[in-house]
Amino acid sequence: MAEIQLDKVSVAFPIYNASARSLKKRLVGAALGGRIQSEAGPSVVQALDDVTLHFRHGDRVGLVGHNGAGKTTLLRVLAGIYEPGAGTARVEGQVAPLFDISLGMDQESTGYENIVLRGLFLGMSKAEVEARMDEIAEFTELGSFLDLPIRTYSAGMQMRLAFAVSTSIHPDILLLDEGISAGDAAFIEKANRRLQEFTGKASIIVLASHSERLVKQMCNTAVLMDHGRVIGVGPTEGVLRQYLGRTGHG
Amino acid sequence: MSRAMGDIVGGWRRRVLWGTMGLHDIRQRYRRSILGPFWITLSMGIMVGALGLLYGTIFKQDIHDYLPFLAAGFILWGLISGLITDGTQVFIGAGGLIRQLPAPLSTHVYRLLWSNLITFAHNALIFVVVALWFGLNPGWTALLALPALAILLLNGFWMALLLGLLSTRFRDIPLVVANLVQVMFFITPVIWKPDMLPGRALVLDLNPFHHLVEILRAPLLGEVPALENWLAVIGITLIGWAVALWFYSAYRWRIPYWV
Repeated sequence: MAEIQLDKVSVAFPIYNASARSLKKRLVGAALGGRIQSEAGPSVVQALDDVTLHFRHGDRVGLVGHNGAGKTTLLRVLAGIYEPGAGTARVEGQVAPLFDISLGMDQESTGYENIVLRGLFLGMSKAEVEARMDEIAEFTELGSFLDLPIRTYSAGMQMRLAFAVSTSIHPDILLLDEGISAGDAAFIEKANRRLQEFTGKASIIVLASHSERLVKQMCNTAVLMDHGRVIGVGPTEGVLRQYLGRTGHG
Repeated sequence: MSRAMGDIVGGWRRRVLWGTMGLHDIRQRYRRSILGPFWITLSMGIMVGALGLLYGTIFKQDIHDYLPFLAAGFILWGLISGLITDGTQVFIGAGGLIRQLPAPLSTHVYRLLWSNLITFAHNALIFVVVALWFGLNPGWTALLALPALAILLLNGFWMALLLGLLSTRFRDIPLVVANLVQVMFFITPVIWKPDMLPGRALVLDLNPFHHLVEILRAPLLGEVPALENWLAVIGITLIGWAVALWFYSAYRWRIPYWV
């Protein structure tokens, strides 16, 4: 049974510009007793601040908030990419992050090769990818194009390919960053159907989005974030009203 | 410490992934060229041929002796320096993946070792050609090269872990390392032979690269490497791994923040 438990999680990014990353500054700073270093010390961005959240099986969570509120950082903590600097994050179940849909595509390889590569990236074994190859290939509707290097594809075709592989996995926990849409109108409809079928299988979904319609449609819980803090958790309707109230649109 | 080890073991489990990625790295570079990856072989052949004739004459060496020595040394140096200079970029270069994909970070180190090993295999063909040409038969002694290659890769692993980590934080380190490797090429007996150096100098005994090259080059030339070479390499391996593991346990979790 999938479960996510965040307890007082904080994540801070040190911002190193060229001078703070340089060894010279470090050494000179040490030689001068740290005077220069303190002057140019790395500024810190507090991306997540004391976040405590608990999600259970069946939760469909929408993350809302302004740009820079910490939505993507939170998703990356859930994916296990960032280990929090303070607090604990416990995530049980197989996690599939779909952040950058074109991640790990090799322009010079054929469509088939890219299906395998992408499947491996997403944590499938080679046998699993090959077992699903026909289904994936059929869904892309790319036919004999799959034998060509994907640099010959249009952007929409590449998107279809990436989308088809990404939605062929069956994770317990699905993390979605905004902007998962693909291709022309007919395909979008097909993609939506597949996305629904796909997301129906996951035990927990966390979706970061600016689209209130999407959040309303997909989520039963919402989390409102602002400056790295959680300022509202609860049923989607109420949290969205709070969000819209803050932005002044509603 | 146990999480760092878990990361390294976990990376090994993703071997189909890094195996495929490593192959793609090589193929991508030579895609659509007629010779493909054999450009690696060809350019190494030209280099060894030209340097062999030039320095063989300058040093007044018997070409039958000198060319196999140079070919073996040069190819090994290519492997060692490749591991080190690529090692500094191992996490920086994979930044996009690291920020998107929750995989053990060591996956990227395995990928680097693998693609360097493939390059080495292409270069090794040159040594085979040279050995055949000059009728050099190292015999069974050549088998000693296998454990030597294994321990060399083991050293490449800790170097990539340590240098990759430090380079991600301090972006000057790749430049410093690239310069040092260049200098070491001239200090290490690769184009010159150890016995050309009058009086056995400290330059040889204190140079870790000399020992690393020697344990592999000697068997290829049909000689048994000195015990001190092997002992030195084992020492370097143990100390290197200890230091790298310490750093990796302490700072591994910061790497996604730094890339």
